[in-house]
Formats: sequence, structure tokens, C-alpha cells
Amino acid sequence: MALVRERLRRTMMFVPGNNPGLMRDAHIFGADSLMFDLEDSVKATEKDAARFLVYHALTTIDYGGVEKVVRVNPLSSGHGRADIEAMVKAGADVIRLPKSETAEDVVEADRLIGEFEEKYGLQKGSVGMMAAIESGLGIINAYEIASASPRLIGMAIGAEDYVADLKTTRSPEGFELSFARGMIINAARAAGIAALDTVYSDVNNEEGFKNEVRLIKQLGFDGKSVINPRQIRPVIEIYTPSEKEINHALGVIGAIREANEKGLGVIAYNGKMVDKPVVDRAERILMLAKAAGIPLAGTDGGGKE
Amino acid sequence: MKNILGVDLPERIEGVGPLRPYDGKRFGGTPFEAGLKAPVKETRKLLDSLEEAIRLSGLKDGMTISFHHHFRNGDYIVNMVVDKLAEMGFRDLAIAASSLSDCHAPLIGHIRNGVIRRIETSGMRGELANAVSNGLMDTPAVFRSHGGRAWAIANGSLKIDVAFLGVPSSDPAGNANGFSREGDNSTACGSLGYAMVDAHYAQKTILLTNNVVSYPNTPCQIPQTDVDYVVRVDEIGNPKGIASGATRFTTNPKELMIAEKTAAVMEASGYLKDGFSFQTGTGGASLAVTRFLRDKMLEEGITANFALGGITGAIVKLHEEGLIKKLLDVQDFDLDAVRSAQENPFHTVVSAHHYAGPGLEGSAVDSVDMVVLSALEIDTDFNVNVLTGSDGVIRGAIGGHPDTAAGSSLTIITAPLIRGRIPTILDRVNTVVTPGVSVDVLVTEAGVAVNPARRDLIGRLAAAGIETTPIEVLKERAEAVVGKPEPVEYGDKVVGVVTYRDGTVIDLIRNVK
Repeated sequence: MALVRERLRRTMMFVPGNNPGLMRDAHIFGADSLMFDLEDSVKATEKDAARFLVYHALTTIDYGGVEKVVRVNPLSSGHGRADIEAMVKAGADVIRLPKSETAEDVVEADRLIGEFEEKYGLQKGSVGMMAAIESGLGIINAYEIASASPRLIGMAIGAEDYVADLKTTRSPEGFELSFARGMIINAARAAGIAALDTVYSDVNNEEGFKNEVRLIKQLGFDGKSVINPRQIRPVIEIYTPSEKEINHALGVIGAIREANEKGLGVIAYNGKMVDKPVVDRAERILMLAKAAGIPLAGTDGGGKE
Repeated sequence: MKNILGVDLPERIEGVGPLRPYDGKRFGGTPFEAGLKAPVKETRKLLDSLEEAIRLSGLKDGMTISFHHHFRNGDYIVNMVVDKLAEMGFRDLAIAASSLSDCHAPLIGHIRNGVIRRIETSGMRGELANAVSNGLMDTPAVFRSHGGRAWAIANGSLKIDVAFLGVPSSDPAGNANGFSREGDNSTACGSLGYAMVDAHYAQKTILLTNNVVSYPNTPCQIPQTDVDYVVRVDEIGNPKGIASGATRFTTNPKELMIAEKTAAVMEASGYLKDGFSFQTGTGGASLAVTRFLRDKMLEEGITANFALGGITGAIVKLHEEGLIKKLLDVQDFDLDAVRSAQENPFHTVVSAHHYAGPGLEGSAVDSVDMVVLSALEIDTDFNVNVLTGSDGVIRGAIGGHPDTAAGSSLTIITAPLIRGRIPTILDRVNTVVTPGVSVDVLVTEAGVAVNPARRDLIGRLAAAGIETTPIEVLKERAEAVVGKPEPVEYGDKVVGVVTYRDGTVIDLIRNVK
């Protein structure tokens, strides 16, 4: 098993580490990633039970192609080390560190993961990491954190703790998060990793949720953390490219193919030069379209995953 | 010979037969007397005493009495009547109920003290079911589907001596309805479809009502010609147990997922076209199927000719929006359905016989295109169990399951792959209620399985981009998570005889250890 850096992460669904009923088939709802939580959703007295449960879920259930992320407890809590050991052994794809504030937090976890990779005979560097930023200090250090380990595949913002740290509350418009979101997306892109937005906890407010998803998509986020399977479809819908975008992307890719066949150096499509950003965007649009189940004529595969 | 008016009559006329001279009496030798003229004639059948009605009915030890289950878990009639029969000293009676619920636990005492010797029903729940599964009765209970029961009653193989039928309204002559156009309508149940069969075929029919309304209580579901006595009682049931309020659509993501897949299967099957017909049940997923169907009907601009079965508010909504032309209603599940049964001219109450009878003359289920049913268990041969739990204890009812499965052109079973720690798909169900030969598709959250006998469907679903999975593979997926359960350990005593629609025996239920 090798570390998968680049993949779709439109939705990362929280699965409380003490809920076996949800854990059993969390993967069927279409989330790109599942985030099993050993941290805030588990009471202090049940930390070991949740660790045991998630360990057995990961080693028993076939989650198919869904990315398996585990949010461990902070190393400072006294549970973090045991969490990391169990989850590395269980074959988690990614260890998510909560409340990262400095690059040292990441480096320490990276070292521990490496130690356990060796202990359990896993390929070195195969277990990924994510850092969640949940404080003002963490946001200020965002780029340092994002570039602190080659294991990092992404970073996320945890808004509830963050707004408390700022001495404010969350608003429907999310003005109070604008600086943090800007820092996260910039740091992540600078470090070449994914950026994931925070949860939206009012499950019954579908319109408010959609507005927030439109906002973070426009800001550049790869996707959003979700707390209920019902939130998955709206995210996918918003992240699914329009027919116009898809046709343009297909045209760009077609122009490249044609240029390659003819041995042309400079590539143009619809009278505009096709350079790397245009190609990257076209490739991402086709990946999103394919993941949404849209059949793509003239490309490999297409249809459903 | 002469009749009493002096007309000369021959003994017989060729081609007509023997003649009986008019004797000046009212009917069958009963004289015209003051007691039979107004105002008494209207109340001739109307009694204030259940005991008197029982005495007049001629009920004897060992006879069969019947009840309906339109009041579901709010029913007061069964316990009221059997308590009275026990008090009057009756013994060895057989109960033929259209179904029994949790509220009928007091029957356990009457079985122990010999008042009740036999039970026929569609299902049982709660303490009574548990006691029966543990060997309470010397004679096993006989389970019949709604259509199977109606047919058995009609053809005489299930003979009812006295039917005790609670009705929300009756006039003094016995014209009765499942709601009341006068007075207190709070204990309405809507349709009396199951009771209509009993009223018609029982040797004696006694109605019990809290609402004696003025004559004629027409249009009526039960006509006075089927009724011998009407007993006035204070209460017939608890409104809370009879019909629930507005049913909320499920927000359970797994149920929604199953419902959406089911609607997609219905669309891909080719049966969802203008003029189609369907039945959906009352579970969370079933109600949601109705909602997804509505979206598809609006999208494609099609309407259904009819929906049938147990009617819910979800179905009524589509009817009132003009998306379903007619409703055929044997039973109502919520207050919206009850209201519609009373108000809407094309919401028609039908008897259980008309709804689901298995005879070759046909019943409504034979004309339906698609039905969505649930399952406690389903096996790799697509046999379905809706009667006994994974512990082998009786905990459900056959209902119209095998009837609609047999009649419908497309029979879809919806079920979660795993309940608690128990897989839903087995090598063999604990109790076969509906044979796999009448089941076409299983929809679970983990995939869709098509009965291999329906090759046409496999092709149509594939053409619509719906992936299908062999049922054995779905079973393995469940077992990979929760393991394979140990088989239930049964004793040697037969506690239940499960009949198919035509009265043949499809399975036996043994006592649990």
C-alpha cells in the first residue's frame, strides 16, 4: 500500500468511533473519504473502547475504494500514541491530527507513524497524515504546518474550536472564517496538498449548507467535512461540473491529443493558448464529472466508478 | 287447497313446482304483531347488552368466533367479547381473527383456562405471540394471508359461527361504516375491508358500535342484510392505536437510499408508464418510495390508474393531486387515509376478498403492476419471511404479502442488509411465508438482486445502468461484517401452521427452546 496524495476529497464523512451501527456501512453513501473519530465524539472514559472498535472495523469491513481517515486524540492527551499505533496497524490510509498548532506537532506524529510502520512491516511513508487547524496560532502557522511532513496529504479547518479561540461565534455568512479559510487554502496550495472545509452542523438546513458549499468551492477548497450522509449529495451536486465546463475540458484534452499526434509544440483550443493551468483545470473537471457518474464520450472509462 | 285469503291453489304447477299458500304471517311463519311495527321495528336488532346478543346468536361451546383488526393495537373488541364469553362459561372456542396485536395479551389467560382452544389469524405480536411460540397451545395456530383467509371463509373451509365486529358507526338496522357521519368520529378506522367478509359469510353477525346513527347509514361498507344484531357499547377502541397522525417521511439515510434505488428499479423495469398501478407499504422506506415515485411521475407527466392495499396519507396525497386516479382500500393506516376513505369518491373500500382473493376469478392484486414489500428475512431462493423473528419467535403478520407478491407483475422486496447484528439474507428463511417464485427483486442499501428467473428484468435494469448483484454475493457481504448466525434451536412441538393463499401448507412453526 502506497500513500495516495492526489484523489478526490469532495466529502469526508465523520463516523463517531463509538457507533458500530454507522461504522458497519458508512461507505455506502458515496463519501470520498470516511473520518473515523476517536477524539471529540468519544468520551474520555470510552477512548480505549472506541480505539478497539475502529481497529476491528478497519480490519474486518471492506470499505472499497473509500479513503479511510482516522482522527486520533492529540499526543498531549495521553491517548494519541496508542491511537496512532492501533490505526497504523489497522491499515488506516490517513491519520488526522486534531488541534495542530505548530510544525513540531506534525513532526512528532510523523516520527511515531514511521516507528509503527516499521514495527508492523508497512512500507515506509505509506501512511498519510492530515492536520486540522483549530486555533489562531495554528492558522498563523498554517504554511509551516502544511509543509512539515511529506506524509501530509491535506489540511482542514475545524471551525467550532477556532471561532471560540477568536472569541466569536459562527454566523450563517461565515465572515469570521474568511481569514482562516484564506490562510488554509493558500498554505495547502503552497505546500501542494488538499484543503478541506469544516463541518456544517445544522443538518436540517439544506439551503444554508448548500450556500456554504458554493462559497468554499469558489474559494478553492477540495471539499467539505460532512456529519450526515444526507449532506453528501448536495456537495457532489455542487462540485459536479456543468455540461459547458465538461465540453470545454473535453475539447482541451482533445486538442492536446491532436497536437501530440501532429507533433505541434504550441497548443490552441478555440483560439486560445492551452497552457498548464488550463490543462490542469480540464483534467480536474473531467475527474469530477467522472466521479459524479457522468458518461464521458471520447475518454477512457466514463460512467460509474 | 286455499290460501288464507281464500284463493284456490293447486298443490303444484308443472314447471314451477310445489306451491306454498300464503298464511297471513309476516315472514317464515312469524306473525305480524305490534312488536314488529314501528317504532319498534327499527330497533329490533339493536341491543344494549352484549350478553343478550351472544345468547340470541346461538353460540355454543366449540364454535368459531371471528374478529377484524382494523383497530390494530387500539382494539378493545376482542378482549371485551372474550372476557364476556368467559364470564358466561363458554369453552373450547376457536378465534378466527383477521389479525391479532400486542393488545391481545389477555387471550393468554383465556387459552390457559380453556375458553379458547384454537386460533386462526394473519399474525400475532407481543406477549401472546411469545407464549404461543413457547408452546402455550395444544392445537397449533393457523396463519393465513388476508386473501387466503377471505377465500377460506367464502368457500366454507373456514366456517365462522358468530362474527363480533367493532364498527365506528352503524344504524339500528346494521348498515355500518369504518367512520361516522354523525356524532363522535374519533375512533374511525376508514375501511372495514376485512370485516366485510366476516359479516357476509358468518352464520351470525354481531356489530358492536359506540355510534348508533340514524337510518340509513348509507353509502355503507357493511349492509344490514349481513347483520343480525347491533350492540351499543361505550368504547370500541383507542384512537391512538387505531390510526396514527400524519406519518413523517423518514430521514434515515439508509432507508432513503433503499427507497431511491427501489424507485429507480421501478422506473427501469418498464412498468412505470402512464396508466400503471402499484402498492407500497407503511415502513419508512416504503413511504419514501411513494415520494420518489411522485417525483418521477411529475417529471415524466404520467399518472397511475390505481393504487391499492393498506392506504397511507402518502398515497392519499398523490390521489388528491390527481396523480393516482383511484384507490382500492382494504385498510387504512393513518388519519389522512381515514379522512380520504370517508370523503373522496374514487377512494373505494373493498373487501379482503375483492382485494386479494386467490381464486381464478381474480382479485385486485392480480391487476397490479408493481408492489413494494418488506421482509424480516429473505433467502437465496428469494423465499420471504415476515412472520417469525431471527430468534424463531412469532412477531409479525403475513398480511397481504403472498397475495400481492403473487398477483403483481413486479414484486420488489426492500430490506436492510443487516439488522442489528443479524443478516437479513439467509440460506433458508426461518419460516417461508411468500415463495421465492413470486418474488422478483430484492433492494438493499448494499445492492440490488434480481431473481434469476426474471432474465428480462436483469436486462432492463442493466440497460438503465442499474447494477445488479447475485443475492448470494449480498449474503456474503453481510456475513463478512457480522458473521453467519447459528441456526435457531427449535423444539418438536408444532405451534403454527403457515398456509399459502389457497390453504395449502407452506411451512410449520415449531416451539422455541
